[in-house]
Amino acid sequence: MTSAKHAPDAFSKGKTPTFEVSARESLADHQLRRNLGKATKTIRGKRAEAVGEMPDWEELREAGRALKERTMRHLDHYLVELEESVKRAGGHVHWARDGEEANRIIAEIARSHEAREVVKVKSIATDETRLNEHLESEGIEAVETDLAELIIQLAGETSSHILVPAIHKNRAEIRTLFMRELGLDDLSDEPEALTEAARLYLRKKFLGAKVGVSGANFAVAETGTVCVVESEGNGRMCTTLPPVLVTLMGIEKLIPEWRDFEVFMQTLPRSSTAERMNPYTSFWTGVSPESGDGPEEFHLVLLDNGRTDVLADEIGRQSLNCIRCSACLNVCPVYERTGGHAYNSVYPGPIGAILTPQLVGIGKPGPDSLPYASSLCGACYDVCPVKINIPEVLIHLRGKVVRNHQDNDGLKGKLDPENVAMQVMAKTFSDRRLYEAAQRLALIGQWPLARSGTIHRLPGKLSGWTATRDLKALPKETFRQWWKTRKNRSGS
Amino acid sequence: MRVALFITCFNDTLFPETGRATVRVLERLGVEVDFPVEQTCCGQMHFNTGYQREAIPLVRRFVEVFEPYDAVVAPSGSCVGMVRELYGRAAELAGDAELARGVEALVPRVFELSEFLVNGLGVTDIGAYYPHRVTYHPTCHSLRMLRVGEAPLKLLRAVRGLDLVELPQAEECCGFGGTFAVKNAETSTAMLSDKLHHVKETGAEAVAAGDNSCLLHIGGGLQRGQDGIDTVHLAEILDATERR
Ligand code: SF4
Repeated sequence: MTSAKHAPDAFSKGKTPTFEVSARESLADHQLRRNLGKATKTIRGKRAEAVGEMPDWEELREAGRALKERTMRHLDHYLVELEESVKRAGGHVHWARDGEEANRIIAEIARSHEAREVVKVKSIATDETRLNEHLESEGIEAVETDLAELIIQLAGETSSHILVPAIHKNRAEIRTLFMRELGLDDLSDEPEALTEAARLYLRKKFLGAKVGVSGANFAVAETGTVCVVESEGNGRMCTTLPPVLVTLMGIEKLIPEWRDFEVFMQTLPRSSTAERMNPYTSFWTGVSPESGDGPEEFHLVLLDNGRTDVLADEIGRQSLNCIRCSACLNVCPVYERTGGHAYNSVYPGPIGAILTPQLVGIGKPGPDSLPYASSLCGACYDVCPVKINIPEVLIHLRGKVVRNHQDNDGLKGKLDPENVAMQVMAKTFSDRRLYEAAQRLALIGQWPLARSGTIHRLPGKLSGWTATRDLKALPKETFRQWWKTRKNRSGS
Repeated sequence: MRVALFITCFNDTLFPETGRATVRVLERLGVEVDFPVEQTCCGQMHFNTGYQREAIPLVRRFVEVFEPYDAVVAPSGSCVGMVRELYGRAAELAGDAELARGVEALVPRVFELSEFLVNGLGVTDIGAYYPHRVTYHPTCHSLRMLRVGEAPLKLLRAVRGLDLVELPQAEECCGFGGTFAVKNAETSTAMLSDKLHHVKETGAEAVAAGDNSCLLHIGGGLQRGQDGIDTVHLAEILDATERR
């Protein structure tokens, strides 16, 4: 692995590289390409099978979409309802405007219990706020307990997939890592042996931890119930063993009513792991001191971090409907080739390409390049269990990126070679005579290559195309010339 | 019925043979085809690259040029996809209610060639003869935007002499994606190389599709590899008979 170590992230301070630049690096890593190709192909096939079993799949998708859309429309109302419900059940609720605020709140809770260590359920929200780093700076160690997250943490890398963070690694690589990091003399690369090694290491951590930290897949406004969907059972250890539980949740994760699970509990497992039913689904509602079960103290931290801005965008807001199944990553031909690190965001793949630039705001070169990390093939839209029209949002965001560049980057934006070429082309296409003249000068046929800046000159920056593909020689006669001659001949 | 051919700027300039074939196929079926010469470009490249303000005049132009016709046929899935899926959005962006009405009225009359033949005219066998081993790449926009489904395959299956071989992983993108192929050239090439691999696997003499942009991309790769495999637009296969 080359690119993964301390990869920069769109949510951290400072500039992140563009997708083009990072993708080049990932594409050169052939082991990564093989690992990813194999993993995504397998899961793709399994998902298709699991989904194919459902005669009402399309109805379920539509139901999920409609539910989420309604929730977003009344999010303010449901959030207040959720807060009340959680409090009623004996939990505490905190509101965090951004990642920093969320991290401060969580660190403060850990400190008040004198915890030196917290055990964590896999959570992308905490990746987004970079909670682990923050806790570390306060002298608190965050231990990842999801197997793949643990692998990533031990390797000092970042996640490359929202569901399978270590998808870029194969068994042999994990074996070497465990032997080194867990101090084991010998270990086979069989999955059983690897999980056993992780289990022994984690067991001690679970039993000693005072504070557990989780994300949330859903929270029910009506009841205040929080839900985590996972495959290993390690998450449940974190949410039940430590006396204190803190959940960080993006505000878009709530669902209005308990019965809404009916839809998502069918679509999520089949879309994400191709399972008919999810193995470990944990629900908790505040605390229950009488039963002596579960944590004694529960905190729910509600995270905005750009989400209300996304909500304000009529077309972009559907990105918030995502239930993080990762199906769109697994079918994406771009993701399959480049892997997740090329996106420089905790949200990679198609969903990352639309969510990240919206959450961090347009106008930053790294995130601005993400909507372009797609051939607009539409495979993601086809599989999305809540029918997010990802290509539509990608195009919409490209519009915002271009407009921002034109309007706010002064002369540099206006003189950008791509912008100049596009203006010339737009003029040309607006006038038939100009268009025909351009055809005669052999300009039009090169339209996919218009990025050259000067559309009448091919080489230079266009080597990207011609490095691997030959261009077609121009025909002697355009279609319209043929049509005119033919018409004249037939005397009409 | 007044039928207009929308050739697309790309075919007009680079693939006139596809346009000629389209005209002949339609005429063979008794359709009187007109080619309104004022047509230029549908605006897809601008719109999809983010130059949406710039695309609006092209949308307006398209609607004006094709408004008088009962049907508009184009030998390109992706340009028809642009019209059908994004013209409404463009009109909305323009904040132009009249344009929006024009788009709404026109869009249901715009068809990709195979759709028009199979669903519109209800024909699958148009008497073509093409004695070659052919594999078919469905192209993303025909497949997932227009959902032309079986239409092109029905047409190909009815061609005499044609040996249709299935393309493995056919539904996967070839990596073209308009400006994507230039902006993200390396990723695009990685996608292309897998597509080429599958095309070669079939042992086909030619790879067919309903979109010359994808074929240009695939063909460019094949030519570079000196693979001896041709690319051919669906219209040209349908146009081929024993006599020509
Ligand atoms: S965008 Fe849709 S397919 Fe992608 S992760 Fe979210 S819910 Fe799943």
